[in-house]
Amino acid sequence: MATQFYMEFEKPLAELEQKIQELSALSTDTMDLGAEIGKLEKRAEKMRESIFSSLTRWQTAQVARHINRPFTLDYLKLIFTDFIELHGDRNFGDDHAIVAGLANLDGEPVMVMGHQKGRDTKEKVFRNFGMPNPEGYRKALRLMEMAQRFKLPIITFVDTPGAFPGIGAEERGQAEAIARNLREMSRLTVPIIVVITGEGGSGGALAIAVGDRVLMLEFAVYAVISPEGCAAILWSDGTKGAQAAEALKLTAKDIRELEVIDEIVKEPLGGAHRDHQAMAATLHEALARNLKELRQLPAEELVEQRYEKFRKMSRFVE
Amino acid sequence: MAWFKKDKTPLAQQEAKKVKVPEGLWTKCSNCSEVIITKEIEKNLNVCPKCNQHFRVSARQRFDLLLDAGSFVEHDQDMVSVDFLQFKDSKSYQERINASVAKGGSKDAIICGAGRIEGTPVQIAIFDFSFMGGSMGSVVGEKITRAIERALDSHTPVVIVSASGGARMQESILSLMQMAKTSAALAKLREKGLPYISVLTDPTTGGVTASFAMLGDVNIAEPKALIGFAGPRVIEQTIRQKLPEGFQRAEYLLDHGMVDIIVERKDMRETLSKILKMLYRP
Repeated sequence: MATQFYMEFEKPLAELEQKIQELSALSTDTMDLGAEIGKLEKRAEKMRESIFSSLTRWQTAQVARHINRPFTLDYLKLIFTDFIELHGDRNFGDDHAIVAGLANLDGEPVMVMGHQKGRDTKEKVFRNFGMPNPEGYRKALRLMEMAQRFKLPIITFVDTPGAFPGIGAEERGQAEAIARNLREMSRLTVPIIVVITGEGGSGGALAIAVGDRVLMLEFAVYAVISPEGCAAILWSDGTKGAQAAEALKLTAKDIRELEVIDEIVKEPLGGAHRDHQAMAATLHEALARNLKELRQLPAEELVEQRYEKFRKMSRFVE
Repeated sequence: MAWFKKDKTPLAQQEAKKVKVPEGLWTKCSNCSEVIITKEIEKNLNVCPKCNQHFRVSARQRFDLLLDAGSFVEHDQDMVSVDFLQFKDSKSYQERINASVAKGGSKDAIICGAGRIEGTPVQIAIFDFSFMGGSMGSVVGEKITRAIERALDSHTPVVIVSASGGARMQESILSLMQMAKTSAALAKLREKGLPYISVLTDPTTGGVTASFAMLGDVNIAEPKALIGFAGPRVIEQTIRQKLPEGFQRAEYLLDHGMVDIIVERKDMRETLSKILKMLYRP
Protein backbone atom coordinates (compact mmCIF):
# COMPACT_ATOMS: atom_id res chain seq x y z
CA MET A 1 0.00 0.00 0.00
CA ALA A 2 1.29 3.44 -0.86
CA THR A 3 0.76 5.20 2.45
CA GLN A 4 0.27 3.59 5.76
CA PHE A 5 -2.18 5.20 8.12
CA TYR A 6 -0.97 4.40 11.57
CA MET A 7 -3.27 4.22 14.50
CA GLU A 8 -2.41 5.96 17.74
CA PHE A 9 -1.29 2.76 19.43
CA GLU A 10 0.97 1.84 16.51
CA LYS A 11 3.24 4.86 17.04
CA PRO A 12 6.35 2.94 18.14
CA LEU A 13 5.84 0.63 15.18
CA ALA A 14 5.49 3.59 12.84
CA GLU A 15 8.81 5.04 14.01
CA LEU A 16 10.56 1.74 13.58
CA GLU A 17 9.15 1.16 10.12
CA GLN A 18 10.19 4.65 9.09
CA LYS A 19 13.71 3.94 10.25
CA ILE A 20 13.75 0.77 8.19
CA GLN A 21 12.66 2.72 5.15
CA GLU A 22 15.33 5.34 5.69
CA LEU A 23 18.01 2.69 6.03
CA SER A 24 16.80 0.91 2.92
CA ALA A 25 17.12 4.16 1.01
CA LEU A 26 20.67 4.64 2.27
CA SER A 27 21.73 1.09 1.61
CA THR A 28 23.95 0.81 -1.48
CA ASP A 29 26.47 -1.66 -2.85
CA THR A 30 29.29 0.03 -1.07
CA MET A 31 27.45 0.38 2.23
CA ASP A 32 25.44 -2.77 2.82
CA LEU A 33 22.98 -2.23 5.64
CA GLY A 34 21.12 -5.46 4.99
CA ALA A 35 22.07 -7.03 8.28
CA GLU A 36 21.05 -3.97 10.21
CA ILE A 37 17.76 -3.71 8.30
CA GLY A 38 17.02 -7.38 8.85
CA LYS A 39 17.48 -6.93 12.58
CA LEU A 40 15.13 -4.00 12.64
CA GLU A 41 12.57 -5.84 10.58
CA LYS A 42 12.57 -8.67 13.05
CA ARG A 43 12.10 -6.20 15.84
CA ALA A 44 9.21 -4.59 13.98
CA GLU A 45 7.56 -7.91 13.46
CA LYS A 46 7.88 -8.76 17.14
CA MET A 47 6.49 -5.38 18.06
CA ARG A 48 3.59 -5.82 15.69
CA GLU A 49 2.88 -9.21 17.17
CA SER A 50 2.91 -7.88 20.70
CA ILE A 51 0.73 -4.86 19.85
CA PHE A 52 -1.85 -6.86 17.95
CA SER A 53 -2.04 -9.73 20.40
CA SER A 54 -3.09 -7.44 23.20
CA LEU A 55 -5.36 -4.84 21.65
CA THR A 56 -7.93 -3.27 23.91
CA ARG A 57 -11.51 -3.38 22.70
CA TRP A 58 -11.37 0.29 21.76
CA GLN A 59 -8.18 -0.27 19.77
CA THR A 60 -9.85 -3.20 18.03
CA ALA A 61 -12.66 -0.86 17.02
CA GLN A 62 -10.02 1.46 15.48
CA VAL A 63 -8.64 -1.43 13.45
CA ALA A 64 -12.16 -2.40 12.38
CA ARG A 65 -12.65 1.15 11.08
CA HIS A 66 -9.23 1.48 9.46
CA ILE A 67 -9.41 3.46 6.25
CA ASN A 68 -7.39 0.86 4.35
CA ARG A 69 -9.34 -2.11 5.61
CA PRO A 70 -10.66 -4.18 2.72
CA PHE A 71 -14.27 -3.33 1.86
CA THR A 72 -16.89 -5.42 0.10
CA LEU A 73 -15.75 -4.40 -3.40
CA ASP A 74 -12.17 -5.36 -2.50
CA TYR A 75 -13.28 -8.83 -1.48
CA LEU A 76 -15.37 -9.06 -4.62
CA LYS A 77 -12.24 -8.45 -6.70
CA LEU A 78 -9.98 -10.75 -4.72
CA ILE A 79 -12.22 -13.73 -3.96
CA PHE A 80 -14.87 -13.81 -6.70
CA THR A 81 -14.87 -13.66 -10.48
CA ASP A 82 -17.27 -12.18 -13.04
CA PHE A 83 -18.98 -9.83 -10.57
CA ILE A 84 -21.96 -8.13 -12.15
CA GLU A 85 -23.35 -5.42 -9.92
CA LEU A 86 -27.13 -5.18 -9.81
CA HIS A 87 -28.77 -1.96 -8.75
CA GLY A 88 -31.90 -0.57 -7.21
CA ASP A 89 -34.81 -1.61 -5.03
CA ARG A 90 -37.45 -1.19 -7.79
CA ASN A 91 -39.32 1.21 -5.52
CA PHE A 92 -37.36 4.33 -4.83
CA GLY A 93 -33.72 4.27 -5.84
CA ASP A 94 -30.30 2.71 -5.68
CA ASP A 95 -28.43 2.93 -2.42
CA HIS A 96 -24.66 3.19 -2.84
CA ALA A 97 -24.01 2.19 0.76
CA ILE A 98 -24.88 -1.39 -0.16
CA VAL A 99 -23.43 -3.09 -3.23
CA ALA A 100 -24.87 -6.33 -4.52
CA GLY A 101 -24.82 -8.60 -7.49
CA LEU A 102 -24.06 -11.91 -9.12
CA ALA A 103 -20.59 -13.42 -9.06
CA ASN A 104 -18.81 -16.74 -9.28
CA LEU A 105 -17.09 -18.32 -6.33
CA ASP A 106 -14.74 -21.10 -7.42
CA GLY A 107 -16.70 -21.28 -10.65
CA GLU A 108 -20.14 -21.54 -9.03
CA PRO A 109 -22.66 -18.68 -9.19
CA VAL A 110 -23.58 -16.94 -5.92
CA MET A 111 -25.36 -13.76 -4.86
CA VAL A 112 -22.98 -11.41 -3.06
CA MET A 113 -23.81 -8.22 -1.21
CA GLY A 114 -22.41 -5.99 1.46
CA HIS A 115 -22.04 -2.55 2.93
CA GLN A 116 -19.62 -0.37 1.05
CA LYS A 117 -17.58 2.46 2.56
CA GLY A 118 -15.40 4.95 0.74
CA ARG A 119 -11.68 5.70 1.10
CA ASP A 120 -11.41 9.30 -0.08
CA THR A 121 -13.80 12.08 0.88
CA LYS A 122 -15.66 11.99 -2.40
CA GLU A 123 -16.31 8.29 -2.26
CA LYS A 124 -17.12 8.40 1.45
CA VAL A 125 -19.90 10.83 0.69
CA PHE A 126 -21.02 8.81 -2.35
CA ARG A 127 -21.24 5.72 -0.14
CA ASN A 128 -22.87 7.70 2.69
CA PHE A 129 -20.09 6.40 4.98
CA GLY A 130 -21.48 2.91 4.60
CA MET A 131 -24.78 3.85 6.24
CA PRO A 132 -27.69 2.50 4.17
CA ASN A 133 -31.10 4.04 3.66
CA PRO A 134 -34.20 1.83 3.48
CA GLU A 135 -33.78 1.34 -0.28
CA GLY A 136 -30.41 -0.28 0.38
CA TYR A 137 -31.99 -2.92 2.58
CA ARG A 138 -34.83 -3.34 0.09
CA LYS A 139 -32.36 -3.83 -2.75
CA ALA A 140 -30.59 -6.44 -0.64
CA LEU A 141 -33.85 -8.27 0.03
CA ARG A 142 -34.96 -8.09 -3.58
CA LEU A 143 -31.73 -9.78 -4.64
CA MET A 144 -31.84 -12.33 -1.83
CA GLU A 145 -35.30 -13.36 -2.97
CA MET A 146 -33.99 -13.57 -6.50
CA ALA A 147 -31.16 -15.79 -5.27
CA GLN A 148 -33.75 -18.05 -3.71
CA ARG A 149 -35.68 -18.32 -6.97
CA PHE A 150 -32.53 -19.38 -8.82
CA LYS A 151 -31.20 -21.49 -5.95
CA LEU A 152 -28.05 -19.46 -5.49
CA PRO A 153 -26.29 -19.28 -2.14
CA ILE A 154 -26.06 -15.83 -0.56
CA ILE A 155 -22.88 -14.31 0.85
CA THR A 156 -23.06 -11.01 2.71
CA PHE A 157 -20.29 -8.72 3.98
CA VAL A 158 -21.14 -6.55 6.97
CA ASP A 159 -19.30 -3.30 7.56
CA THR A 160 -21.40 -0.34 8.66
CA PRO A 161 -21.53 2.18 11.50
CA GLY A 162 -25.30 1.64 11.35
CA ALA A 163 -28.40 2.36 9.31
CA PHE A 164 -28.54 6.03 8.33
CA PRO A 165 -30.45 8.22 10.82
CA GLY A 166 -32.03 10.81 8.54
CA ILE A 167 -35.39 12.36 7.78
CA GLY A 168 -35.81 10.60 4.44
CA ALA A 169 -34.74 7.29 5.95
CA GLU A 170 -37.45 7.58 8.58
CA GLU A 171 -40.07 8.69 6.09
CA ARG A 172 -39.37 5.76 3.81
CA GLY A 173 -39.48 3.29 6.69
CA GLN A 174 -35.96 2.48 7.86
CA ALA A 175 -37.37 0.40 10.70
CA GLU A 176 -39.78 -1.48 8.45
CA ALA A 177 -37.06 -2.22 5.89
CA ILE A 178 -34.75 -3.69 8.54
CA ALA A 179 -37.55 -5.62 10.24
CA ARG A 180 -38.74 -7.13 6.96
CA ASN A 181 -35.22 -8.30 6.11
CA LEU A 182 -34.90 -10.02 9.48
CA ARG A 183 -38.19 -11.81 8.97
CA GLU A 184 -37.58 -12.82 5.36
CA MET A 185 -33.94 -13.85 5.78
CA SER A 186 -35.02 -16.30 8.45
CA ARG A 187 -37.08 -18.21 5.86
CA LEU A 188 -34.91 -18.17 2.74
CA THR A 189 -34.37 -21.69 1.40
CA VAL A 190 -30.80 -21.14 0.16
CA PRO A 191 -27.58 -21.15 2.21
CA ILE A 192 -26.62 -17.77 3.69
CA ILE A 193 -23.09 -17.03 4.86
CA VAL A 194 -22.50 -13.76 6.67
CA VAL A 195 -19.06 -12.23 7.23
CA ILE A 196 -18.67 -9.39 9.72
CA THR A 197 -15.66 -7.76 8.06
CA GLY A 198 -15.37 -4.42 9.85
CA GLU A 199 -17.98 -2.59 11.88
CA GLY A 200 -21.09 -4.54 12.76
CA GLY A 201 -23.20 -1.54 13.70
CA SER A 202 -26.48 -2.57 15.30
CA GLY A 203 -29.71 -3.09 13.33
CA GLY A 204 -28.09 -1.63 10.23
CA ALA A 205 -25.67 -4.55 10.27
CA LEU A 206 -28.11 -7.25 11.37
CA ALA A 207 -30.46 -6.41 8.49
CA ILE A 208 -28.16 -8.39 6.16
CA ALA A 209 -26.68 -10.68 8.81
CA VAL A 210 -29.24 -13.40 9.51
CA GLY A 211 -27.34 -16.38 8.18
CA ASP A 212 -26.67 -20.10 8.51
CA ARG A 213 -23.06 -19.31 9.26
CA VAL A 214 -21.85 -16.05 10.69
CA LEU A 215 -18.10 -15.54 10.38
CA MET A 216 -16.26 -12.62 11.89
CA LEU A 217 -12.83 -11.27 11.08
CA GLU A 218 -10.39 -11.26 13.97
CA PHE A 219 -10.39 -7.48 14.45
CA ALA A 220 -13.97 -6.73 13.43
CA VAL A 221 -16.48 -5.49 16.00
CA TYR A 222 -20.19 -6.20 16.41
CA ALA A 223 -22.50 -4.52 18.90
CA VAL A 224 -25.98 -3.24 19.58
CA ILE A 225 -24.77 0.37 19.43
CA SER A 226 -21.54 2.16 18.54
CA PRO A 227 -19.20 2.79 21.49
CA GLU A 228 -19.65 6.55 20.95
CA GLY A 229 -23.44 6.27 20.86
CA CYS A 230 -23.46 4.13 23.96
CA ALA A 231 -21.16 6.59 25.75
CA ALA A 232 -23.38 9.52 24.79
CA ILE A 233 -26.40 7.83 26.34
CA LEU A 234 -25.01 6.06 29.40
CA TRP A 235 -22.12 8.33 30.29
CA SER A 236 -23.67 11.47 28.79
CA ASP A 237 -20.30 11.94 27.12
CA GLY A 238 -19.66 10.84 23.54
CA THR A 239 -15.89 10.90 24.09
CA LYS A 240 -16.01 8.02 26.55
CA GLY A 241 -15.98 5.56 23.64
CA ALA A 242 -13.10 3.56 25.10
CA GLN A 243 -15.03 2.83 28.28
CA ALA A 244 -18.17 1.98 26.35
CA ALA A 245 -16.25 -0.35 24.03
CA GLU A 246 -14.99 -2.27 27.06
CA ALA A 247 -18.50 -2.52 28.48
CA LEU A 248 -20.09 -3.60 25.20
CA LYS A 249 -17.76 -6.59 24.72
CA LEU A 250 -17.76 -6.14 20.99
CA THR A 251 -14.75 -8.10 19.74
CA ALA A 252 -14.86 -11.34 17.76
CA LYS A 253 -13.57 -13.21 20.80
CA ASP A 254 -16.28 -11.76 23.05
CA ILE A 255 -18.98 -12.56 20.56
CA ARG A 256 -17.72 -16.06 19.89
CA GLU A 257 -18.01 -16.70 23.63
CA LEU A 258 -21.67 -15.67 23.51
CA GLU A 259 -22.13 -18.07 20.58
CA VAL A 260 -23.50 -15.40 18.27
CA ILE A 261 -20.85 -16.12 15.62
CA ASP A 262 -19.61 -19.48 14.38
CA GLU A 263 -16.04 -18.80 13.43
CA ILE A 264 -13.31 -16.20 13.82
CA VAL A 265 -11.36 -15.62 10.61
CA LYS A 266 -7.71 -14.86 11.37
CA GLU A 267 -6.30 -11.63 9.98
CA PRO A 268 -2.78 -11.05 8.68
CA LEU A 269 -0.35 -9.76 11.28
CA GLY A 270 -1.09 -6.10 11.91
CA GLY A 271 -4.65 -6.30 10.58
CA ALA A 272 -6.44 -6.96 7.30
CA HIS A 273 -5.50 -3.51 5.98
CA ARG A 274 -1.82 -4.54 5.91
CA ASP A 275 -2.34 -7.28 3.37
CA HIS A 276 -5.56 -7.47 1.39
CA GLN A 277 -4.39 -10.48 -0.62
CA ALA A 278 -3.58 -12.57 2.42
CA MET A 279 -6.85 -11.60 4.10
CA ALA A 280 -8.83 -12.48 1.02
CA ALA A 281 -7.08 -15.84 0.69
CA THR A 282 -7.90 -16.81 4.26
CA LEU A 283 -11.49 -15.67 3.89
CA HIS A 284 -11.82 -17.45 0.54
CA GLU A 285 -10.89 -20.73 2.19
CA ALA A 286 -13.40 -20.18 5.02
CA LEU A 287 -16.21 -19.28 2.62
CA ALA A 288 -15.58 -22.27 0.37
CA ARG A 289 -15.44 -24.68 3.30
CA ASN A 290 -18.64 -23.40 4.94
CA LEU A 291 -20.49 -23.26 1.67
CA LYS A 292 -19.57 -26.85 0.89
CA GLU A 293 -21.03 -27.95 4.21
CA LEU A 294 -24.21 -25.94 3.80
CA ARG A 295 -24.83 -27.13 0.26
CA GLN A 296 -25.29 -30.62 1.62
CA LEU A 297 -28.30 -29.70 3.75
CA PRO A 298 -31.81 -30.03 2.32
CA ALA A 299 -33.61 -26.68 2.20
CA GLU A 300 -36.06 -27.54 4.96
CA GLU A 301 -33.33 -28.56 7.36
CA LEU A 302 -31.34 -25.47 6.49
CA VAL A 303 -34.23 -23.18 7.40
CA GLU A 304 -35.05 -25.03 10.60
CA GLN A 305 -31.41 -24.99 11.72
CA ARG A 306 -31.21 -21.28 11.03
CA TYR A 307 -34.31 -20.70 13.13
CA GLU A 308 -32.91 -22.76 16.01
CA LYS A 309 -29.55 -21.01 15.77
CA PHE A 310 -31.05 -17.58 16.50
CA ARG A 311 -33.73 -19.04 18.76
CA LYS A 312 -31.06 -20.06 21.26
CA MET A 313 -29.45 -16.65 21.52
CA SER A 314 -30.32 -15.33 24.96
CA ARG A 315 -29.26 -15.45 28.59
CA PHE A 316 -31.75 -15.28 31.44
CA VAL A 317 -32.88 -17.18 34.49
CA GLU A 318 -36.33 -18.42 35.42
CA MET B 1 -30.91 41.31 27.23
CA ALA B 2 -34.21 40.53 25.70
CA TRP B 3 -37.10 40.09 28.08
CA PHE B 4 -37.96 36.83 26.38
CA LYS B 5 -35.63 33.91 26.23
CA LYS B 6 -35.28 31.29 23.60
CA ASP B 7 -35.99 27.79 24.83
CA LYS B 8 -32.81 25.90 24.15
CA THR B 9 -34.19 22.40 24.14
CA PRO B 10 -34.46 21.08 20.57
CA LEU B 11 -37.91 21.34 19.11
CA ALA B 12 -38.40 17.63 18.74
CA GLN B 13 -37.62 17.16 22.40
CA GLN B 14 -39.93 19.88 23.60
CA GLU B 15 -42.78 18.03 22.09
CA ALA B 16 -41.56 14.69 23.30
CA LYS B 17 -41.65 15.78 26.94
CA LYS B 18 -44.34 13.92 28.76
CA VAL B 19 -46.03 14.74 31.95
CA LYS B 20 -45.37 12.43 34.85
CA VAL B 21 -48.74 12.14 36.43
CA PRO B 22 -47.83 12.84 40.08
CA GLU B 23 -49.61 11.71 43.16
CA GLY B 24 -50.94 15.23 43.49
CA LEU B 25 -54.53 16.28 43.26
CA TRP B 26 -54.02 18.35 40.12
CA THR B 27 -52.11 17.62 36.95
CA LYS B 28 -51.01 20.04 34.29
CA CYS B 29 -51.40 18.60 30.82
CA SER B 30 -48.05 18.54 29.01
CA ASN B 31 -49.77 19.34 25.75
CA CYS B 32 -52.49 21.94 26.40
CA SER B 33 -51.23 23.10 29.83
CA GLU B 34 -54.73 22.81 31.21
CA VAL B 35 -54.75 22.06 34.95
CA ILE B 36 -57.00 19.11 35.52
CA ILE B 37 -57.99 17.04 38.51
CA THR B 38 -55.73 13.98 38.39
CA LYS B 39 -58.63 11.66 39.07
CA GLU B 40 -60.39 12.99 35.97
CA ILE B 41 -57.40 12.04 33.80
CA GLU B 42 -57.21 8.60 35.34
CA LYS B 43 -60.89 8.05 34.83
CA ASN B 44 -60.37 9.03 31.21
CA LEU B 45 -57.80 6.18 30.68
CA ASN B 46 -54.87 8.56 31.22
CA VAL B 47 -55.96 10.74 28.35
CA CYS B 48 -56.33 14.50 28.77
CA PRO B 49 -60.09 15.22 28.72
CA LYS B 50 -59.44 18.68 27.21
CA CYS B 51 -57.02 18.01 24.34
CA ASN B 52 -57.01 14.21 24.01
CA GLN B 53 -53.29 13.94 24.77
CA HIS B 54 -52.54 10.25 25.46
CA PHE B 55 -50.28 9.94 28.51
CA ARG B 56 -48.41 6.74 29.22
CA VAL B 57 -50.14 3.95 31.08
CA SER B 58 -48.71 0.96 32.91
CA ALA B 59 -48.70 -2.48 31.35
CA ARG B 60 -51.12 -3.76 34.00
CA GLN B 61 -53.59 -0.97 33.22
CA ARG B 62 -53.41 -1.87 29.57
CA PHE B 63 -54.35 -5.47 30.23
CA ASP B 64 -57.46 -4.20 31.99
CA LEU B 65 -58.18 -1.91 29.05
CA LEU B 66 -57.83 -4.56 26.38
CA LEU B 67 -58.77 -7.96 27.76
CA ASP B 68 -62.05 -9.43 28.90
CA ALA B 69 -62.27 -9.34 32.68
CA GLY B 70 -60.80 -12.41 34.29
CA SER B 71 -59.49 -13.87 31.02
CA PHE B 72 -55.80 -13.15 31.51
CA VAL B 73 -53.35 -15.92 32.38
CA GLU B 74 -49.80 -14.65 32.73
CA HIS B 75 -46.88 -16.64 31.29
CA ASP B 76 -43.18 -16.67 32.14
CA GLN B 77 -43.67 -14.17 34.95
CA ASP B 78 -40.58 -15.37 36.80
CA MET B 79 -38.13 -14.90 33.96
CA VAL B 80 -35.45 -12.38 34.95
CA SER B 81 -32.44 -10.77 33.27
CA VAL B 82 -28.88 -11.62 34.22
CA ASP B 83 -25.87 -9.35 34.02
CA PHE B 84 -23.78 -11.81 32.02
CA LEU B 85 -21.48 -9.11 30.62
CA GLN B 86 -20.93 -7.44 34.01
CA PHE B 87 -21.97 -4.26 32.30
CA LYS B 88 -21.25 -1.12 34.26
CA ASP B 89 -21.70 2.55 33.55
CA SER B 90 -22.55 4.82 36.48
CA LYS B 91 -24.42 1.84 37.92
CA SER B 92 -24.06 -1.84 37.18
CA TYR B 93 -26.70 -3.54 35.09
CA GLN B 94 -27.57 -5.74 38.05
CA GLU B 95 -28.23 -2.64 40.17
CA ARG B 96 -30.43 -1.23 37.46
CA ILE B 97 -32.39 -4.47 37.21
CA ASN B 98 -32.79 -4.63 40.99
CA ALA B 99 -33.95 -1.01 41.18
CA SER B 100 -36.53 -1.57 38.45
CA VAL B 101 -37.81 -4.78 40.02
CA ALA B 102 -38.05 -3.01 43.38
CA LYS B 103 -40.37 -0.42 41.85
CA GLY B 104 -42.85 -3.23 41.86
CA GLY B 105 -44.40 -3.31 38.41
CA SER B 106 -42.84 -6.32 36.76
CA LYS B 107 -39.67 -8.39 36.64
CA ASP B 108 -38.66 -7.12 33.24
CA ALA B 109 -39.88 -4.75 30.55
CA ILE B 110 -42.68 -6.95 29.25
CA ILE B 111 -45.68 -8.88 30.53
CA CYS B 112 -47.01 -11.77 28.44
CA GLY B 113 -49.87 -14.18 28.61
CA ALA B 114 -53.04 -15.54 27.13
CA GLY B 115 -56.40 -13.80 27.26
CA ARG B 116 -59.51 -12.91 25.34
CA ILE B 117 -60.49 -9.75 23.51
CA GLU B 118 -64.30 -9.67 23.36
CA GLY B 119 -64.25 -13.41 23.20
CA THR B 120 -61.39 -13.91 20.71
CA PRO B 121 -58.47 -15.80 22.24
CA VAL B 122 -55.07 -14.08 21.89
CA GLN B 123 -51.49 -14.41 22.97
CA ILE B 124 -50.67 -10.93 24.16
CA ALA B 125 -47.48 -9.14 25.16
CA ILE B 126 -47.47 -5.66 26.65
CA PHE B 127 -44.39 -3.54 27.30
CA ASP B 128 -43.75 -1.91 30.64
CA PHE B 129 -41.98 1.33 29.73
CA SER B 130 -41.21 2.09 33.37
CA PHE B 131 -38.82 -0.87 33.45
CA MET B 132 -35.54 0.45 32.00
CA GLY B 133 -37.34 2.40 29.31
CA GLY B 134 -39.05 -0.70 28.00
CA SER B 135 -35.73 -1.83 26.58
CA MET B 136 -35.42 -5.25 24.95
CA GLY B 137 -32.84 -7.68 26.25
CA SER B 138 -32.88 -11.48 26.38
CA VAL B 139 -35.95 -11.66 28.60
CA VAL B 140 -38.14 -9.44 26.42
CA GLY B 141 -37.03 -11.25 23.27
CA GLU B 142 -37.51 -14.68 24.78
CA LYS B 143 -40.94 -13.89 26.23
CA ILE B 144 -42.18 -12.47 22.94
CA THR B 145 -40.82 -15.44 21.01
CA ARG B 146 -42.50 -17.85 23.41
CA ALA B 147 -45.77 -15.94 23.09
CA ILE B 148 -45.57 -16.31 19.30
CA GLU B 149 -44.67 -19.99 19.59
CA ARG B 150 -47.59 -20.52 21.97
CA ALA B 151 -49.83 -18.87 19.40
CA LEU B 152 -48.51 -21.32 16.81
CA ASP B 153 -49.20 -24.27 19.12
CA SER B 154 -52.67 -23.11 20.18
CA HIS B 155 -53.60 -21.60 16.80
CA THR B 156 -54.38 -18.13 18.18
CA PRO B 157 -53.62 -14.59 17.02
CA VAL B 158 -50.88 -12.44 18.55
CA VAL B 159 -51.15 -8.89 19.86
CA ILE B 160 -48.06 -6.97 20.96
CA VAL B 161 -48.36 -3.52 22.53
CA SER B 162 -44.99 -1.78 22.26
CA ALA B 163 -43.53 1.06 24.31
CA SER B 164 -39.78 0.88 24.18
CA GLY B 165 -36.57 2.79 23.73
CA GLY B 166 -35.19 -0.12 21.72
CA ALA B 167 -32.60 -2.81 22.31
CA ARG B 168 -31.05 -2.88 25.77
CA MET B 169 -27.42 -1.75 25.66
CA GLN B 170 -26.47 -3.66 28.79
CA GLU B 171 -26.83 -6.99 26.98
CA SER B 172 -25.07 -5.69 23.88
CA ILE B 173 -24.98 -8.24 21.06
CA LEU B 174 -27.58 -10.55 22.60
CA SER B 175 -30.09 -7.69 22.71
CA LEU B 176 -29.49 -7.17 19.01
CA MET B 177 -30.10 -10.86 18.35
CA GLN B 178 -33.55 -10.63 19.93
CA MET B 179 -34.57 -8.61 16.88
CA ALA B 180 -33.72 -11.52 14.59
CA LYS B 181 -35.20 -14.10 16.93
CA THR B 182 -38.60 -12.42 17.34
CA SER B 183 -38.86 -11.57 13.64
CA ALA B 184 -38.08 -15.17 12.70
CA ALA B 185 -40.86 -16.40 14.99
CA LEU B 186 -43.25 -13.96 13.30
CA ALA B 187 -42.25 -15.40 9.93
CA LYS B 188 -43.55 -18.77 11.12
CA LEU B 189 -46.78 -17.22 12.37
CA ARG B 190 -47.27 -15.58 9.00
CA GLU B 191 -46.75 -18.87 7.17
CA LYS B 192 -49.43 -20.41 9.36
CA GLY B 193 -51.87 -17.65 8.46
CA LEU B 194 -52.35 -16.48 12.03
CA PRO B 195 -52.98 -12.75 12.48
CA TYR B 196 -50.53 -10.51 14.31
CA ILE B 197 -51.56 -7.02 15.34
CA SER B 198 -48.88 -4.59 16.44
CA VAL B 199 -49.99 -1.71 18.63
CA LEU B 200 -47.42 1.08 18.77
CA THR B 201 -47.65 3.43 21.73
CA ASP B 202 -45.56 6.34 22.91
CA PRO B 203 -42.64 5.87 22.47
CA THR B 204 -41.61 3.00 20.19
CA THR B 205 -38.11 3.37 18.76
CA GLY B 206 -34.89 1.61 17.84
CA GLY B 207 -34.57 -2.14 17.69
CA VAL B 208 -38.16 -2.75 18.74
CA THR B 209 -39.53 -0.70 15.84
CA ALA B 210 -36.94 -2.29 13.55
CA SER B 211 -38.20 -5.77 14.33
CA PHE B 212 -41.61 -7.06 15.48
CA ALA B 213 -43.30 -3.68 16.07
CA MET B 214 -43.28 -2.81 12.34
CA LEU B 215 -44.22 -6.31 11.21
CA GLY B 216 -47.89 -6.41 12.12
CA ASP B 217 -50.42 -7.63 9.59
CA VAL B 218 -52.05 -4.51 10.92
CA ASN B 219 -50.01 -1.78 12.60
CA ILE B 220 -52.07 0.40 14.94
CA ALA B 221 -50.72 3.53 16.61
CA GLU B 222 -52.06 5.60 19.49
CA PRO B 223 -52.53 9.29 18.67
CA LYS B 224 -49.33 11.35 18.66
CA ALA B 225 -47.17 8.40 19.73
CA LEU B 226 -43.48 8.87 18.93
CA ILE B 227 -42.52 6.06 16.56
CA GLY B 228 -39.23 5.77 14.72
CA PHE B 229 -35.99 3.99 14.12
CA ALA B 230 -33.46 6.60 15.21
CA GLY B 231 -34.33 8.96 18.04
CA PRO B 232 -35.07 12.58 17.07
CA ARG B 233 -32.00 13.83 18.90
CA VAL B 234 -29.68 11.51 17.02
CA ILE B 235 -31.18 12.58 13.70
CA GLU B 236 -30.89 16.28 14.55
CA GLN B 237 -27.25 15.83 15.50
CA THR B 238 -26.49 13.83 12.37
CA ILE B 239 -28.10 16.04 9.77
CA ARG B 240 -27.86 19.33 11.69
CA GLN B 241 -31.27 20.44 10.58
CA LYS B 242 -34.46 21.17 12.41
CA LEU B 243 -36.90 18.31 12.14
CA PRO B 244 -40.21 18.90 10.41
CA GLU B 245 -43.34 19.59 12.42
CA GLY B 246 -44.85 16.44 13.88
CA PHE B 247 -41.88 14.33 12.71
CA GLN B 248 -42.04 10.68 13.86
CA ARG B 249 -45.46 11.13 15.41
CA ALA B 250 -48.18 8.58 14.71
CA GLU B 251 -49.95 10.95 12.29
CA TYR B 252 -46.70 11.48 10.38
CA LEU B 253 -46.22 7.72 10.06
CA LEU B 254 -49.77 7.31 8.87
CA ASP B 255 -49.10 9.94 6.19
CA HIS B 256 -45.98 8.09 5.10
CA GLY B 257 -47.67 4.73 4.91
CA MET B 258 -45.99 3.08 7.90
CA VAL B 259 -49.03 2.44 10.09
CA ASP B 260 -52.51 1.33 9.08
CA ILE B 261 -54.63 3.26 11.53
CA ILE B 262 -54.50 5.57 14.51
CA VAL B 263 -56.84 4.48 17.23
CA GLU B 264 -57.68 6.30 20.46
CA ARG B 265 -57.16 4.41 23.65
CA LYS B 266 -60.85 4.27 24.46
CA ASP B 267 -61.57 2.55 21.13
CA MET B 268 -58.58 0.19 21.13
CA ARG B 269 -60.29 -2.92 22.49
CA GLU B 270 -63.21 -2.64 20.12
CA THR B 271 -60.98 -2.04 17.10
CA LEU B 272 -58.72 -4.98 17.95
CA SER B 273 -61.76 -7.16 18.43
CA LYS B 274 -63.27 -6.22 15.07
CA ILE B 275 -60.05 -6.78 13.13
CA LEU B 276 -59.32 -10.08 14.85
CA LYS B 277 -62.80 -11.36 14.17
CA MET B 278 -62.38 -10.59 10.47
CA LEU B 279 -58.89 -12.09 10.14
CA TYR B 280 -58.94 -15.03 12.50
CA ARG B 281 -60.31 -18.45 11.59
CA PRO B 282 -60.37 -20.57 14.76
